[in-house]
Amino acid sequence: MKRIVMWLLGTITVVVLLFGYRTSLAGPMAATAVRSPTTPGTGGTADSRTVTGPSVDTRWGPVRVEVTISGGKVTAVTVPVYPDGNRKDQEINARALPILVQEALDAQSADVDMVSGATVTSEGYVESLQGALDEAGL
Amino acid sequence: MTTRYVEHVMGLPISLALRGAHTADGRARAAWAEVVESLRRVDRVFSTYRPDSFVSRLGRGEVDVADCPAEVAEVLALGELAERRSDGAFRVRRDGVGLDPSGVVKGWAAERAAVHLEALQDTDFCLSAGGDLLCRTLDPDADPWRIGIEDPHDPTRLVAVVPVFTGAVATSGAAHRGQHVVDARTGRPPTAVASVTVVTASLTWADIDATTAYALDRDAASWLSGQPGRRGLVVWSDATTTRV
Repeated sequence: MKRIVMWLLGTITVVVLLFGYRTSLAGPMAATAVRSPTTPGTGGTADSRTVTGPSVDTRWGPVRVEVTISGGKVTAVTVPVYPDGNRKDQEINARALPILVQEALDAQSADVDMVSGATVTSEGYVESLQGALDEAGL
Repeated sequence: MTTRYVEHVMGLPISLALRGAHTADGRARAAWAEVVESLRRVDRVFSTYRPDSFVSRLGRGEVDVADCPAEVAEVLALGELAERRSDGAFRVRRDGVGLDPSGVVKGWAAERAAVHLEALQDTDFCLSAGGDLLCRTLDPDADPWRIGIEDPHDPTRLVAVVPVFTGAVATSGAAHRGQHVVDARTGRPPTAVASVTVVTASLTWADIDATTAYALDRDAASWLSGQPGRRGLVVWSDATTTRV
């Protein structure tokens, strides 16, 4: 019974994700479709130029970027080609249970495998909860 | 039985937990070595601390994006997409700072490195890059990975636990490194929000969305709840929490 509930939760998450991913991509794609591409060498003034990168296959589909360099600095990044959002995302799925918010817990009593927190640097690691967990498990 | 590995790359602790068929044998160790090497390669290309990295040279206008490894175009595209989704709160370029795609690179790099773990048959993994992590569970009878969410007001304690079978968890906040995220439109760091944790399928997007929601400060929870497929936890400066 419990397994069925979990499976259902997982399935719902997947459906929401597929839907959500398309939605999150639809806006930018529509916005970029009207943008006219700048050809290298033709755009900009003497010290400003726009360079188009190669088409890159990502797990979200093909991507191409244009970078404008002005006065020796990157001043703009545009993306004339976005992934269409429906190629590989069928493979992506998440299965997680609801977050359990509790009164402050210590890591030992909570019996956790890993800790997610604001970026732990290598310097702070030894004193961190993650450091303590790894130390105990190594 | 879980086997753990730790290395430091990009100034971050990289922690791995494996359970299942391959945890401490040659295949497991080889996969772990590939993970670490993948992250080191990313660091050599993207580090803003290395003046000779492609991103540093691109930022100074010394090379074009076409001269860089293809991953640079991919990351810049992700940064641009993140900027649009956040109405400009999230940016990989800022006045006075220049090109800094670090806000995109960490989760993306860890997710990319994890493909070497996905190749391990009948093995579950949980890979953390400085507190942003990706889990996989293949065994239908296995328990979920239990992920503790650090209390931003007391990093020696946890504020919540999220059980994850398969998926990503990323947290953005000011703890450890001090204040490093600002709303790119105002240049101001958040004051109302202490940390944002995002749970979703992709670690790339969990990381980007945690940073975006954190930069949006008092709008963190409302913005996150408008992003389909994301769940998360916002811890406010007054120690109250909102579950999304």
